[in-house]
Amino acid sequence: MSSALKQMTRIEPVTFDLAADKLRDLSVALHALPPQTNQTSWQILNPRGQHAVAVGVTVPVSIQIDGHVGYYCAGMNDGAVITIEGNAGPGVAENMMSGIVHVKGDASQAAGATAHGGLLIIDGNASARCGISMKGIDIVVKGSVGHMSAFMAQSGNLVILGDTGEALGDSLYEARIFCAGTPASLGADCEEKPMTPDDKAILVDLLQRAGAQADPGDFKLYGSARTLYHFHVDNAGAY
Amino acid sequence: MNDSSGPHIPRTPPRKSATFDEYSIAEIQRAAATGIYDIRGGGTKRKLPHFDDLLFLGASVSRYPLEGYRERCGTDVVLGTRFASKPIHLKIPVTIAGMSFGALSGQAKEALGRGATLAGTSTTTGDGGMTPEERGHSETLIYQYLPSRYGMNLTDLRKADAIEVVVGQGAKPGGGGMLLGQKISPRVAQMRNLPEGIDQRSACRHPDWTGPDDLEIKILELRELTNWEKPIYIKVGASRPYYDTALAVKAGADVVVLDGMQGGTAATQEVFIEHVGLPILAAIRPAVKALQDLGLHRKVQLIVSGGIRSGADVAKALALGADAVAIGTAALIAIGDNAPEWESEYQKLGSTAGCYDDWHEGRDPAGITTQDPVLAARLDPVKAGRRLANYLSVLTLEAQAIARACGKSHLHNLEPEDLVALTIEAAAMAQIPLAGTDWYPGKTGI
Repeated sequence: MSSALKQMTRIEPVTFDLAADKLRDLSVALHALPPQTNQTSWQILNPRGQHAVAVGVTVPVSIQIDGHVGYYCAGMNDGAVITIEGNAGPGVAENMMSGIVHVKGDASQAAGATAHGGLLIIDGNASARCGISMKGIDIVVKGSVGHMSAFMAQSGNLVILGDTGEALGDSLYEARIFCAGTPASLGADCEEKPMTPDDKAILVDLLQRAGAQADPGDFKLYGSARTLYHFHVDNAGAY
Repeated sequence: MNDSSGPHIPRTPPRKSATFDEYSIAEIQRAAATGIYDIRGGGTKRKLPHFDDLLFLGASVSRYPLEGYRERCGTDVVLGTRFASKPIHLKIPVTIAGMSFGALSGQAKEALGRGATLAGTSTTTGDGGMTPEERGHSETLIYQYLPSRYGMNLTDLRKADAIEVVVGQGAKPGGGGMLLGQKISPRVAQMRNLPEGIDQRSACRHPDWTGPDDLEIKILELRELTNWEKPIYIKVGASRPYYDTALAVKAGADVVVLDGMQGGTAATQEVFIEHVGLPILAAIRPAVKALQDLGLHRKVQLIVSGGIRSGADVAKALALGADAVAIGTAALIAIGDNAPEWESEYQKLGSTAGCYDDWHEGRDPAGITTQDPVLAARLDPVKAGRRLANYLSVLTLEAQAIARACGKSHLHNLEPEDLVALTIEAAAMAQIPLAGTDWYPGKTGI
């Protein structure tokens, strides 16, 4: 446990009740935190599906959101540990740079979209386009994901304990997809790959960090066949 | 009498088809040989109704002109006054359009920043993120928020002076982009989180929002991320300008950027460039009407682009209701693109100065649309920036000269009433009376 996390456990959380307080005031308060802040524990009550809750946090604080959130919760997070005790709307943790976002319920579309780093954990299911254009984030979905997940995913790892919708990993670049269930179909240029010891070590680490109960031996690895890396007329049917 | 047996039979000259003209035949032959559509940079090259088809009337007995070189004619513009706490104040209403590091060399981006800063205007990032050089040399920098989100990060977002959400661009409304592998240098690859040397797709749709209702929420997020300080632009390619403008306003835009099909691109299919979208002349009035219908003309600012070349074009765009214009292709020409000094090298590439548009290949002799360090080093960003500043100065002086002749003490006082159209097409598209009449197609109640 990092020193920041240890500190969080000792300090009374700062509470924001979004039934009474404004989202703007919450953002101002979070963005004003200096890197060495002592206010490392935050609790947000009654989010009631509001959008853009706890976005743009750049300090290693812990934020617990008690309820469901709307679009873009934890967007562009860079260092915070954000826990959503409910479901999340579209684009949760979009473009995250670092930190941890943990959705205790289900997530809507485009979870972790374009994110560069950090860890996104979804205890339930994630809808379509989970991990779309991901650029380095690690995502662990303990349920299933919807169609077009990891579309144009560039780098990072998407771990799915359940099944997937159509066109998994369509137009994939260098991201890895680990899936224990059954993909409805693979997208263009996505193929099953042999799992190397290095791949397996990544999977084991992510399952452990996400607190996921799963046997790594049940997973298959999917990656890019790299046939679409250079435009060629013979691939026209795939475009 | 049949004289066909005589020695001097009149012959008709070879007749070229107007339909299958020289270019069409060559394109069919090229397509048959390669099986791949043609890709190029730049905007449409076809002849279109344009600002050339409009004229200013100037002052007369009923209009009082201002003295050139003496009486003031303001040129400044404030962008982002609707919601942003820190709107942008530019000295001139000519901005530099978004162009990416990747499509352009680092030297070219630096030159654009230097030139824009000297002239007191803004420049804009592109697909691929913000470079420190670009931020450092641009006093006012607009950060594009694109579907690919290449290089997008919070630190740079907060360094920007405004954010431009790119929905589309005039050269390819509805299309994504392709940066071919030869331009994916190690630095470009690193900025975009991609392997070196591969063809890189830029998505045509944003990954985490769909439609104007989502866009409104996305803009809320961007405002929360940046403390409601920065103006939010929405850029659209000209296709349905009335509704796109209205929806952009509904979504919460501070500024709408409308790009006509003359606007350039780093690389897209020729067929896309030439056959999708509207000329800017046809797009401005519907966009202005949308703002007027919402009671927000001049409150939500309108920037138009696509084929702006001269101060006359600037003045005409403003007279039609725009608050500012943006230039891309013209800015590249100003810093050295297609310069005659590289003629021999253009010829080696199968082109000629003035026609070179294979910007996607990365072999630009002028060192602008390339990532080749040797070619890029040819462009001196200081001198090139100076050329851009000179050009921007000329655009402004020309626009002022016209405005004074129309009796206007500020460029924004130009109005449609100052204009006439030379052609019926231009009259219809710009809703400006045909010269010598008080009529344009579609005008009722005469």
